[in-house]
Amino acid sequence: MQRSIPLREDMSIPVETSVHPEVAGEEPVVEVQGLSLWYGAKQALYDVTLNVPRGKVTAFIGPSGCGKSTLLRCVNRMNDLVDTVRIDGSVLLNGDPVYGPGVDVIELRKRIGMVFQKPNPFPMSIFENVVYSLRIDGERDRRVLTEVCEKSLRGAGLWEEVKDRLEDSALQLSGGQQQRLCIARAIAAEPEVLLLDEPCSALDPIATGRIEDLIQELKGAYSILIVTHNMQQASRTSDRTAFMFLGRLVEYGPTSAIFLTPRVKETEDYVTGRFG
Amino acid sequence: MIWLAGGSLVLAVAMIAGLLVLVVAKGGGTFWPGPLLRIDRVEQTPVLGELAADETYTLDEQLLEALPAELRAPARAYRDRHGQTLRRRMLRTGNYELTGDHFTWVRAFEEAEESRPEWAVVVERITHGRFYGYPKAFRRDGATLSSDPEGIWELFLEHHGGAVERRRERARIEKHESGKVRRQENEARLAHKRALLRHGADAPEARAAERALAETTRRCEAEGERLARELRGLDEENDRYVLVLETVSGQEKELKLSEIVRAYPANRLGLFPRLGVYFSRWWEYLSDDPREANSEGGVLPAIFGTVAMTLIMSILVVPFGVLAALYLREYARPGPVVSAVRIAVNNLAGVPSIVFGVFGLGFFCYTVGGTIDQLFFEERLPDPTYGGGGLMWASLTLALLTLPVVIVATEEALAAVPRSMREGSYACGASKWQTIRRIVLPRAMPGIITGMILAIARGAGEVAPLMLVGASKVAPDLPIDGEFPFVHGERKFMHLGFHIYDVAFQSQNSEAAKPMVYTTTLLLILIVVALNVAAMILRARLRRRFTSGVI
Repeated sequence: MQRSIPLREDMSIPVETSVHPEVAGEEPVVEVQGLSLWYGAKQALYDVTLNVPRGKVTAFIGPSGCGKSTLLRCVNRMNDLVDTVRIDGSVLLNGDPVYGPGVDVIELRKRIGMVFQKPNPFPMSIFENVVYSLRIDGERDRRVLTEVCEKSLRGAGLWEEVKDRLEDSALQLSGGQQQRLCIARAIAAEPEVLLLDEPCSALDPIATGRIEDLIQELKGAYSILIVTHNMQQASRTSDRTAFMFLGRLVEYGPTSAIFLTPRVKETEDYVTGRFG
Repeated sequence: MIWLAGGSLVLAVAMIAGLLVLVVAKGGGTFWPGPLLRIDRVEQTPVLGELAADETYTLDEQLLEALPAELRAPARAYRDRHGQTLRRRMLRTGNYELTGDHFTWVRAFEEAEESRPEWAVVVERITHGRFYGYPKAFRRDGATLSSDPEGIWELFLEHHGGAVERRRERARIEKHESGKVRRQENEARLAHKRALLRHGADAPEARAAERALAETTRRCEAEGERLARELRGLDEENDRYVLVLETVSGQEKELKLSEIVRAYPANRLGLFPRLGVYFSRWWEYLSDDPREANSEGGVLPAIFGTVAMTLIMSILVVPFGVLAALYLREYARPGPVVSAVRIAVNNLAGVPSIVFGVFGLGFFCYTVGGTIDQLFFEERLPDPTYGGGGLMWASLTLALLTLPVVIVATEEALAAVPRSMREGSYACGASKWQTIRRIVLPRAMPGIITGMILAIARGAGEVAPLMLVGASKVAPDLPIDGEFPFVHGERKFMHLGFHIYDVAFQSQNSEAAKPMVYTTTLLLILIVVALNVAAMILRARLRRRFTSGVI
């Protein structure tokens, strides 16, 4: 980012998060409290605090490298896979601590669905992809598996397209279909929260539109966190938007307010496209 | 630069193609029945045989002086007329027990006349190599049934099949039935010895074993006598039919029909009978046991040993290598120790194979095998059971030899599994092992199979370590048979690579064995190719399942 925006004079002082009053009292599904994160010596998140409301779509926006994906991956502890990571602060999922002694990461991840930037279907059949999380729990009852498979594929709007070839390799699907398959896989375990990490960045516009429609359909039944670098997408799909910049949460409020009447100058600069 | 690179490639391809063409041409031609030449020589007896070599050489004064006195004059005359460079041909003249030679050189100045006699016959025998001559008589019970070639040949064709049948039956009785009797007797003896060792001479167990031994010995003796009678019967029947041949120099020779593997009047054969002889020889080669110190007959035990050893080696090396690579790549924390281990593994691939052979002999045969013998086969000592070379130890040694190949290939395959796939699995709540088993390993499987292909290619062609840990010149029993426990890891086995070495360098009749070397090489190459193709088909199938072109 070459053109820097005027930050407050002293960069070492964390930027105070501007939280709109509409989001302050909502019932949270994920609570992030004073979260800081370091990759080795480099700090990627600075004292982030926010509540993600239940049953709504919350979008994280911000320029590349602002830490929005990192924040998302803190919720299901995917950052643990990086050796040098160090985390301070706390995250709660429905009141249960995500970080802390005695937390079973594997059980925790089973409560959270995640969809990645690039579609990552597993090298197995469509059916086995969808029921993967049940398989690893040892579910063998064919009836249960079939039921869950159909329900999840219907939920992901893919059922009609693949119902006749469930035993085919998932890798033969198109990119958009693969991504919807990944969504079906994520919702098969009935997660408490669904994390979408730039789910449309590798897709064409038509496939993107379908995913966005799908997000609207899933809203309510699931609490969704979506990271996106596409501001139109954020404004179209989300109820709440958090703007992040240089590892800090700058502003958090209803999507319409963030896009139409932002309170912080940096947010306004970003959503109006003056940098990013 | 492009010329240099392209030229290098062309050179490499040309060398490989040249080698293959040589092997295929020489190996494929070994069994072709050529014509029989009769050459009348000046001042010497005529020779009859198949052409084995044809070359030119320089007849200088020194060589001329070394000739026998009566040949010097014709040689000098020939040289004055045609110059110093002259042709010499080597004929396979056979008749070893009469002449003491399998081959005869005929130099151009010796040749008086060359012909292809119609009724000259090639006889392949069980022992003493080939016989060449003219049919003189066919006798049954000492009475001559026919003495003109046509009649003799008809009688020969009529009775030869029966004689071959009887010979096979005889071999079967000797090998299987007598073998069974001997084995039973041996086992009873060993049981007795075991009882003595475990319980002492006065214990009731030892007494019981002694009684059982006496009983078995009696039964086996009776059985052995019955078999001997049967064999005598076959021998008497075989002795009745005799083919009398006359050599080119006029000696007569009686051959029992049962000694004859195959005989044909080489100069009378049309194309199709010739092809018949060709393919019947190939069939014998692929399906029979070797004879005449491996230089004739078949290589079935060697084919069998090679394939069995390679398969057992693959079964051993792949799981072991994959697990080692899994630890290195997935579990071990990257650092100087892991790097050191990786370098060591890579270097292991460069250790001369004979070193592995020595290690296998010292560790597997003497230490592990010796201990097994001490613990379980005490009664057979000092004869080793597992304490010597054998199929099991050879497979293990080669597995060790090819382990680095599998580890390196597997590590590369594991590293190539996209990170996104692992993350997707972890995000679903899979544990590390579940992710490895369900996602990483299936995805890496084509690469692992590539490692297996490389291991097979290396292992099947290896000879040096096998000489120490179990390959032998002749192995009477196949290492896998219908007898419990079916796979006999302690048995010695034959191997095509070792067979090539043995035939080429250890054979008494090396000139006659030379074509067999080419043929065996051809066969070994074909087997390695076949094993590789099988693995490649497997890999292509896996690849279709686990990867795709989309994204």
